[in-house]
Amino acid sequence: MTTSTVPTTAALSLADDALVLSHRLGEWIGHAPVLEEEVALANIALDLLGQARFLYSMVGDEDELAYLREERAFRNVQLVEQPNGDFATTIARQLFFSCYQGLLYGELASTDGELAALAARAVKEVAYHQDHAVQWTLRLGDGTPESRIRMQRALDSLWRYSGELFAPVEGLPVEPAALRERWLETVTTVIRQATLTVPDGSDHTPWAAGAGRQGIHTEPFGRMLAEMQHLHRTHPGASW
Amino acid sequence: MSGSNTDWPLWEVFVRSKRGLSHSHAGSLHAPDAAMALRNARDLYTRRGEGVSIWVVPAAAITASSPDEKDPFFEPAADKTYRHPTFYEIPEGVKHL
Repeated sequence: MTTSTVPTTAALSLADDALVLSHRLGEWIGHAPVLEEEVALANIALDLLGQARFLYSMVGDEDELAYLREERAFRNVQLVEQPNGDFATTIARQLFFSCYQGLLYGELASTDGELAALAARAVKEVAYHQDHAVQWTLRLGDGTPESRIRMQRALDSLWRYSGELFAPVEGLPVEPAALRERWLETVTTVIRQATLTVPDGSDHTPWAAGAGRQGIHTEPFGRMLAEMQHLHRTHPGASW
Repeated sequence: MSGSNTDWPLWEVFVRSKRGLSHSHAGSLHAPDAAMALRNARDLYTRRGEGVSIWVVPAAAITASSPDEKDPFFEPAADKTYRHPTFYEIPEGVKHL
């Protein structure tokens, strides 16, 4: 047990969100629709990876936490582990998550806990992630008939993972539920401006509502984790 | 790769560095519109703290001299020495020369 004042569960939850999303975005490398966008997504992935590393090192050994934990030990929300899908799906996931992360870090930065230092530094990065997602949502929604269909479909299909973002996190000095109203306002404004419709279905999965924070994950996560961890597990302790 | 890059216009990117007084050409990129070009430029050319200001210009909007005209354009008569500022000394303390 750690004797420091670091809220372990809270730090791990935020770190896992960042690491898992970073890995998903990294999967676009070599596959992005255009080179410029590949660089943009990779930059966002690197920002998130930096956040994750900072948080992991507060809690313990980075490599052990990232590469040697089992699926059930990860505390990330299910939204970030969802597969990239088409470009619109990735953008919808970015929109939902970056709007949430921006609000969370903004609040966290003004607390005096250990997490405030990270939040204060990362809030600028996240502002850019959010801007990137907003710009693309507007262009895809108000773009061609095809991009419009895809963007709406992406929003609809990921909507059910958005509710979990506001589930309570043990030890976090910010109450995520308190961010929900502002999140909804921001996301609604963007979706309407993109001439799209705000999804009206359930914002959580009925069979696993908010369970990512408890270690329950969706099926694609296992495969993602296997890919992310196999090298380290095959060659434990290897270095360059 | 869908090849959609060919549908997007080319933009020339100019970056002003922290110490620089003017924007310098940094490179080019493809983007659907000016706002996205600016963001792409930020990712491609200023991620290591190189710049404090970015301009993006549609490549099509630039009028360039043609390589064929190189001689008449760029070879002034060498005998007009008064065109070259070689007759006076630069006082000490003059900056940005």
